[in-house]
Amino acid sequence: MEIVLVSLLNGLVYGMLLFMLASGLTLIFSMMGVLNFAHASIYMIGAYLAFTISQFAGFFPALIIAPILCGLLGAGIEIWGLRRAHVNGHIAELLFTFGLVFIIGRSVQMVWGMLPMAYRVPQLLDFPLFTFYGAHFPAYRGFMLLVSAGMLAATWVLLKKTRVGMIIQASLSHPQMASALGHNVPMVFTLVFAGGCALAGLAGVIGGNYQTTEPGMADAMGPIVFVVVVFGGLGSLMGCFIASILMGMIQTFAVVINASLLDVVKPLGITLTGDNLFTEFMTVPVARIGALLPFVLMILILLFRPRGLMGTRDT
Amino acid sequence: MLIVAIAMPWAFYNYHTGRQSGFVVSMLSQMGMMTILALSYNMLLGQAGLFSLCHATFFGIGGYATIHFLTLAGDGSLPLPLELFPLLAGLSGLGLAIVFGYMATKQRATAFAMITLGIGELMTTAALMFHHFFGGEGGVNSNRMIGHSLFGFKYGASIQVYYLIVAWTVISALAMLYLTRTPLGRMANASRDNFERVQFVGYDPRMVRFLQFMLSGFFAGIGGGLYAITYEIVTFDALAAPLSANALLMAYIGGTSAFGGPILGAVLITLLQSGVSLMSNSWLVYVGALFISMVIFAPNGIMGLIAAHDPIVRGGQFGRLLVPYAKVLLPGLIMVLGFIGLVELASFLTIGAAQGKTLVLFGTRIDDHAPLPWLSAGLCLVGGGLWFGSEARSFRRVWQGLMGELQPKRSLA
Repeated sequence: MEIVLVSLLNGLVYGMLLFMLASGLTLIFSMMGVLNFAHASIYMIGAYLAFTISQFAGFFPALIIAPILCGLLGAGIEIWGLRRAHVNGHIAELLFTFGLVFIIGRSVQMVWGMLPMAYRVPQLLDFPLFTFYGAHFPAYRGFMLLVSAGMLAATWVLLKKTRVGMIIQASLSHPQMASALGHNVPMVFTLVFAGGCALAGLAGVIGGNYQTTEPGMADAMGPIVFVVVVFGGLGSLMGCFIASILMGMIQTFAVVINASLLDVVKPLGITLTGDNLFTEFMTVPVARIGALLPFVLMILILLFRPRGLMGTRDT
Repeated sequence: MLIVAIAMPWAFYNYHTGRQSGFVVSMLSQMGMMTILALSYNMLLGQAGLFSLCHATFFGIGGYATIHFLTLAGDGSLPLPLELFPLLAGLSGLGLAIVFGYMATKQRATAFAMITLGIGELMTTAALMFHHFFGGEGGVNSNRMIGHSLFGFKYGASIQVYYLIVAWTVISALAMLYLTRTPLGRMANASRDNFERVQFVGYDPRMVRFLQFMLSGFFAGIGGGLYAITYEIVTFDALAAPLSANALLMAYIGGTSAFGGPILGAVLITLLQSGVSLMSNSWLVYVGALFISMVIFAPNGIMGLIAAHDPIVRGGQFGRLLVPYAKVLLPGLIMVLGFIGLVELASFLTIGAAQGKTLVLFGTRIDDHAPLPWLSAGLCLVGGGLWFGSEARSFRRVWQGLMGELQPKRSLA
């Protein structure tokens, strides 16, 4: 019972972290139609910047400054890179963001070195929030939940209830008309891209000391975030939310389950002997294939419901 | 183009044969395998407009399957000559491509890219989990001297394996060239350019994509089989994402619109990888920067750049470009040197220090904590960049003038 509760809470925390990353990606994609492969790299930069800033100024200033820097970086990428690549077509934009992954990855290694950084939870938040069944739930995780929920509520309010949000939505569906009405549509696109990158940076600030801050962060988080976006559906924030919580839960629960496919069919009296691929396939415990499950789910949903859970855009 | 590709290995080989330079033979073998990989990748990217991120999966599966087949052949239960093993590898690649292609080709463009990304990650993770087929982190190995051969070679020496690679590379390249002339190849081009129209013509674009994906997986499998025969060991990084990224780089930098582009890209990237990575450990930054500059300024790759000169050369006006080229080259060189300098200084500051190496330029040690090297590199980059910008603008004016002059001549012809 305690395993279930602990896994539930941890899965929720991990899922909200995924949601912060995936929501930025979905927003950028639904607004601009460009899939930002470098999103996880910006997450990594956010974590590293937060580490450096927190060395000088502490954690809470880093919480504010690092996302702003990431947003500025995103704006720079959009103005000087993406706009020029856009002229050459859809694939060119994808390739551009793909090339950015290499450059950002190696630059991070060059500036900060190849070892993991000692980015620790701040003293203020390093206490158990509550205890149940003898296990502590760290206050930092509660803080993570708070920040992610708050940031997402703020984004929703911005998009749906403010005038800026209405202009953004108008530029999404009718860019020429919005531009004819006098709005600076390219500036809106830069703003959206920068906003998405700032979200990724914020996720990096919080996630960097939940997971280790090391040069391989982007490669570890990147594919999962894409799976979440595909699963939730391109263009839908709600679908993205459901998908990320689901993925977070699945990955957290999978680690604690030790059953395998064989255990499912054992009641039927089937036993397997022999040492071949099929036996291995049937006897591998779920805990070991935990990393595979999100991809399997993605393939399943693409087979049966290609638009994702609640997708609105086709591609 | 093909004649050059066939003749070149002989020229190199004859030069080194007296000394049996193992480095050159292994580099040329690597080029052969990468050529097949890049060409098969271009079947998707350049010809069908499909940005795939899991191409190395088929290469890797071809490799793994070949290793297992080699083990079977060594035991005596598979009396097949070694020359035909790449064909078996190709068939394994084809099989996997049918399974994955069925799912992936339901979508196109961005969704297709994401599906293939997921497939690639899925296979990499599975390769580390299922030890029986994939051998875990140590991979699987075998022995290629199985004693069966069509021509009586033993394939112990790497030179004989190189001949095998050349033969298979030529066969695959010719097959892929032939495919571009078939209705399937033409319809793939059409679905790249205007997929809605393809439906009205009467072909199902999904089937076109599916067939193209299957065949591309077949050829990638052949490359994987050659990889397995050459190195006799296959680990999970034969199907991992970095190899897919390599395929993309080779196809794109060489040029996706010309058939010979990926061949050029494969040769170039293999040369750069072997050469530059010996000298510097920031090879990825240079490749990434080159890639991004090509995406923005030269989306048709090197072959595209060469092809753009075609009307000028045919008009006999190439001489007028020589001086502008020279004027652009010098600031360009300074800018590139400045960039390289900054990157190297930065990398030696952190990574090199960890590895205990220091930057040595023309025999003198450069201290990267002093401001002077940073300033001079930065100055080169910025100054060279500004100068390059102005020269590039005047170059563009000359170019457009020439093109404008030649236009009426072309339309008369």
